Amino acid sequence: MTLSLNDVKRIADLAYIEIDDNQAQATLTQLSSIFNLIETMQSVDTTSVEPMSHSQSVTQRLRDDIVTDSDQRALFQALAPQVEEGLYLVPQVIE
Amino acid sequence: MLNASLKELSNQLTEKKISSVELTSLFLQRIKKFNSDYNAFITTNEEISLAQAAVADKILAAGKGEALTGIPIAQKDIFCAKGWLTTCGSKMLSNFVSPYDAGVIERFNQAGAVNIGKTNMDEFAMGSSNETSFYGMVKNPWDTKAVPGGSSGGAACAIAARLAPAATGTDTGGSIRQPAALCGISGIKPTYGLVSRYGMIAFASSLDQAGPMAKSAEDLSLLLNVMVGFDARDSTSLQRDNEDYGRDLQKPLAGLRIGLPKEYFAKGMSQDVESAIDKALTEYRKLGAETIEVALPNAPLSIPVYYVLAPAEASSNLSRFDGVRYGHRAESYTDLADMYRKSRAEGFGPEVKRRILIGTYVLSHGYYDAYYIKAQKLRRLIAQDFAEAYQHCDVIMGPTTPTVAFNLGEKSADPIQMYLSDIYTSAANLTGMPAMSIPVGFGENNRPVGLHIIGNYFKEAQLLNVAHQYQMVTDWHLKSPV
Repeated sequence: MTLSLNDVKRIADLAYIEIDDNQAQATLTQLSSIFNLIETMQSVDTTSVEPMSHSQSVTQRLRDDIVTDSDQRALFQALAPQVEEGLYLVPQVIE
Repeated sequence: MLNASLKELSNQLTEKKISSVELTSLFLQRIKKFNSDYNAFITTNEEISLAQAAVADKILAAGKGEALTGIPIAQKDIFCAKGWLTTCGSKMLSNFVSPYDAGVIERFNQAGAVNIGKTNMDEFAMGSSNETSFYGMVKNPWDTKAVPGGSSGGAACAIAARLAPAATGTDTGGSIRQPAALCGISGIKPTYGLVSRYGMIAFASSLDQAGPMAKSAEDLSLLLNVMVGFDARDSTSLQRDNEDYGRDLQKPLAGLRIGLPKEYFAKGMSQDVESAIDKALTEYRKLGAETIEVALPNAPLSIPVYYVLAPAEASSNLSRFDGVRYGHRAESYTDLADMYRKSRAEGFGPEVKRRILIGTYVLSHGYYDAYYIKAQKLRRLIAQDFAEAYQHCDVIMGPTTPTVAFNLGEKSADPIQMYLSDIYTSAANLTGMPAMSIPVGFGENNRPVGLHIIGNYFKEAQLLNVAHQYQMVTDWHLKSPV
């Protein structure tokens, strides 16, 4: 499979990472060689194999729907780049 | 004191020959003096460390000390520790002082251990040389022209350079075992699910597993006893009975069946590594073990499979870094999307961005089945290969890495060459099996060689037994570059 410069820009856009034309070109070269390595996966027939996401056969644990954590808003918001009256501030989204 | 085992240190503390404050000060002074040579630590915090040591001394004085009470442990900077700068080796978190403790940190605190500092690492644990850290490269104490390995390179370096008696690491594709091998120390990645991932900054959640790094298998067993345990806050944490991981250390190895995968002894391994591994296997035969050839036909595909699954999971995990709630935010931007794009472009280094882009692509519309699902199917085939091999052997051995430590800068421009550093280690992450590395000699330029020992699920005690018996009759693990 062949990657194009537009593919690189499109995935950078999807990943919310700003990338200029020079970086996109360099990234294209590197990603292309990595995808050549990845392509070697296609040499094995896996038609009837079940995908494996976890080594142990575990089931999702459930818990009662009760509050287990205390209010730590002030502690956590002390780390935020910009807050006001307990709210995280971001650039205006809705006019 | 610098070369003492954890058991010896614990005895000295219990017998009041030294206090934890004295021991902690000794290592803090060494870090102060030598960290500029190696760059093994990102952060030290004398105040917190000495306060923890003082508390440990009170517990010891009351006769209530446990195996690790008062012993300084270096924590990889991937573990959130309350009040500590926790960077994960990234500019993105260069201002992040954690408001809470990771599960692993809690367990060490409960055991009375002292946090001696946060160790350097590849950015977000993505790398095999510690060169992707925002805080600069770490040097290998055996040869400062060489890499220490990665991503837990600071941890491995700190132990080898005797800046800490023991350390924690995390291993997603080899990040405990590869640096352990390159720095001539011992390290173990336990079975996936045994050690809590809560508060351990996520890279690839289905592969990430924390484990201890130390000078010997005996030390590892004591550390593992503290680190392993169920944590309801980690959705893949396993609920199992407590084990003493040191219970089988003294067991003789007569009759042990060692599987040697022919794929791991094929081309790719350098001559010096091969010769050290051969000598180690000879030693095991002298100890009464037998070696048999096994086949892992799909294992050579571990690297391509890994470089689909790990970036895919990373692209999802790292989407949380958006400059809104914590972490780096760009100075100027035009709108919300621009703020995300600029904050992430500035906050992440080149290797992290590369992996986010690979992951975003393989998960994008139209490619999910061809890459992600295909890789998960191969993951099962690789696990089946190991299951079949364990029908014929008890443990599997081979080299941890294809070569001894390479030079700083040698592979940093070529991602593929760097990725192949983990060619022998990543299968244990894909399958979830426990695996460890122990030092077994030296290769070119007097750089250490590591023996890789892989076990079946939950066979940590057996792996440590196999490693310990070798360390009883050899002294590679006692060698130090300082």
